Amino acid sequence: MDGIHDLGGMQGFGGVGHSPAEPVFGHRWEAVARALLVVVAGAVKASGGEFRHSIERMEPGHYLTSSYYEHWLTAAATLAVEHGLMTRSELEARAGGRFPLSGPVLVPPVIEAGPDVDTPRFGVGDRVRVREGHPAGHTRCPGYVRGQNGTVVRVDGTHSVPDIEAHGTARRREPTYSVRFDAADLWRDGQRGVWVHVDLWDSYLERP
Amino acid sequence: MSAGRHHPAAVSPVEQRVAALEALLTERGLVPEGFIEEITRRYESEIGPMNGAKVVARAWVDPRYKQRLLADGTAAIAELGFGGPEGDHMVVVENTPGIHNVIVCTLCSCYPWPVLGLPPAWYKDPPYRARMVREPRTLLAEMGCPLPDDAEIRVWDSSAEVRYLVLPERPPGTVDLTEAELAGLVTRDSMIGTARL
Repeated sequence: MDGIHDLGGMQGFGGVGHSPAEPVFGHRWEAVARALLVVVAGAVKASGGEFRHSIERMEPGHYLTSSYYEHWLTAAATLAVEHGLMTRSELEARAGGRFPLSGPVLVPPVIEAGPDVDTPRFGVGDRVRVREGHPAGHTRCPGYVRGQNGTVVRVDGTHSVPDIEAHGTARRREPTYSVRFDAADLWRDGQRGVWVHVDLWDSYLERP
Repeated sequence: MSAGRHHPAAVSPVEQRVAALEALLTERGLVPEGFIEEITRRYESEIGPMNGAKVVARAWVDPRYKQRLLADGTAAIAELGFGGPEGDHMVVVENTPGIHNVIVCTLCSCYPWPVLGLPPAWYKDPPYRARMVREPRTLLAEMGCPLPDDAEIRVWDSSAEVRYLVLPERPPGTVDLTEAELAGLVTRDSMIGTARL
């Protein structure tokens, strides 16, 4: 989906609040929230794609104004409710107030995943184009490279396609590639001497 | 655990929500005894950038290890006993005098947990994720890592299953140091690529 999570290249955010070292968890609740996500994902057998999509579906204002572990908390509660472990009313009764959950999935479950792709279509050095499109479900194809041409610099093994595994129990494996883009091609104000590498599944790509 | 910042007298809404979810999951028998404490302890004390620092120091002192590390990061890192979730497909990218590598995850916050631990807050926040792929030269300078104009920057967006580790250049004047002393010089940020040593 064209969600708030797809941040690559967005402008107006200002400086990075960098610190060279910090506690692993700033607050006890962050560690608990993180562990509870592991509990819920295990109980409902959520794939990595389904987990990530449950964060991507957060209301954009909530996403931008809440910390990383609040994202995990919201994901854990959303998955727990969607898979019938509990209801939102139960959560709100216990919390003594509003318990914001992520918005609905915008696409139907994937029933037929299609056959695995075992053989890479592209090799190192090949020019590729990233397919255009605006899938309403989960995808790991960042918006900033769609429609752009790049060069394959590495062919990795086959991996489950996130766009499929996020939406049901069907699975398809495909090769992934690291694709190099010239920042000057990606951005009108692209900086010189900058290569941006994005790892992309086979079905995200076509021949230019 | 920084329990010192937790004041029961003023429980925030997010803490109340966490407590609610924990209680409901516990009542359903889904939270094994001691699970939260154990998983937290591991990420607070066993898994962190001290692991990646050992990998880097070994690569600095052992050219054959470095070759293996650059050829198959996952296997070479496993030689030192590190692996696991978010580290099953490791690629190590090497800095040289003319090439600087930096890692980011624009879509979420993918990060090589077994060698760097859990990511710092700023790595997960929108400014870093938005800007590192668009204006890395400017952002690196802002973060205290200015690069010569003719240095090539290679940004790696961790958008699929591979997780990246930057192999920083060995600092000058360190020929007499032991491997353990060298590991002590390696910072987390130098392995993300937001600092040079």
